[in-house]
Amino acid sequence: MNPYFVIIIGAIFVNNFVLNQFLGICPFLGVSKKTNTALGMGFAVIFVMSIASVFTYLVNEFVLVKFGLEYMKTIAFILIIAALVQSVEIVIKKFSPSLYSALGVYLPLITTNCAVLGVALLNVEKAYNLVQSFLNGVFAGVGFTLAIVLLAGVRERIVPKNVPESFRGFPITLIAAAILSMAFSAFSGMFGIV
Amino acid sequence: MRKDKLNILTNGIVKSNPTFRLVLGTCPTLAVTTQAINGLAMGAAVTFVLLCSNVMISLLKRVIPDRVRIPAFVVIIATFVTVVQMVMRKFLPSLYEALGVFLPLIVVNCIILARAEAFASCNPVADSALDGLGMGLGFTCSLTLIGIVREFLGAGSFFGLPIGSLGNVSMTIFILPAGGFLVYGTLMALVNFLMRLSENRKFEAEKKTLLKKDETKEVGA
Repeated sequence: MNPYFVIIIGAIFVNNFVLNQFLGICPFLGVSKKTNTALGMGFAVIFVMSIASVFTYLVNEFVLVKFGLEYMKTIAFILIIAALVQSVEIVIKKFSPSLYSALGVYLPLITTNCAVLGVALLNVEKAYNLVQSFLNGVFAGVGFTLAIVLLAGVRERIVPKNVPESFRGFPITLIAAAILSMAFSAFSGMFGIV
Repeated sequence: MRKDKLNILTNGIVKSNPTFRLVLGTCPTLAVTTQAINGLAMGAAVTFVLLCSNVMISLLKRVIPDRVRIPAFVVIIATFVTVVQMVMRKFLPSLYEALGVFLPLIVVNCIILARAEAFASCNPVADSALDGLGMGLGFTCSLTLIGIVREFLGAGSFFGLPIGSLGNVSMTIFILPAGGFLVYGTLMALVNFLMRLSENRKFEAEKKTLLKKDETKEVGA
């Protein structure tokens, strides 16, 4: 099968970053109270993840591997991501105030979103080329957005219901996420993707 | 004075337990706890990084300019994570494999950055070390607990040792991702329940002593 298709379907459904690989759980639980904010966070993540995938690939290939500095991977990648998020914030603020007001508050949070560093590290681990890394970044972000928007939809309906006091807040959200995750586990093995 | 120090240490273990009370560092909490031993190893790695980074940041708090403090913290944390990665790959290769991508991801574990920002950057070195140790131990205990429950239900064993023939009737769902969310959520609800119970008890006790005081006052009058 087309390897690009495998990456796309794999990143969104089969190996969904949040529900199957446990990457980016903090924003998944923290920013999923309302569907609108969840969507904003999702788009910010897609944006940063796709750029970060390309930059980390280039730095890894042309700096770290070339000079035998692979053990610096973790430090180099997190610095790239932090710098990237900061510069994206500055550029958006300057050129598109409306986009900034929509994404601005989420951008600083993304530096510590382990999904972004996770996608960069997994790209290297799976030896993806530039196009594959980019696609993996974009569609892992789409998978994240799908999961967080679904959870936000569920949470909006849970709030007014009579939840036992001990389960209020995070516990009931985690149970909802468990059910979502069960639903997504049905995708495993789809098109023979593991 | 002694009691203050002890409070800093125990604060992370019970009252503001990072896993169940603050809900920080949830990714490794869910991802590596399919087995108790993995939870313990992840906890130990995080405790080491937390302790070292808290001490280092507390030492450097006057040197680091305020505007670039977050990148500076991240570099300090990443350095210690790289140390842990190298040591583990050399001496514990099977655990290194089991923790996988979540070992380098300790860098973005929000507990560590949160403690750096909220505690180490504005407290003396000794207190920061105690805070790091306490938070790390709290994290380790929680992860090991979740690991024990998931391993028991999902694989019928305890730290890798099979319990009778329980392995034959185990519920695989508990070592799948869905089971992780389920066990974490249920344990958190249990912790909330116990916390409320002990708070109520404390409240009742306080009320009783207050009533007693009132009584003695009335008698005195």
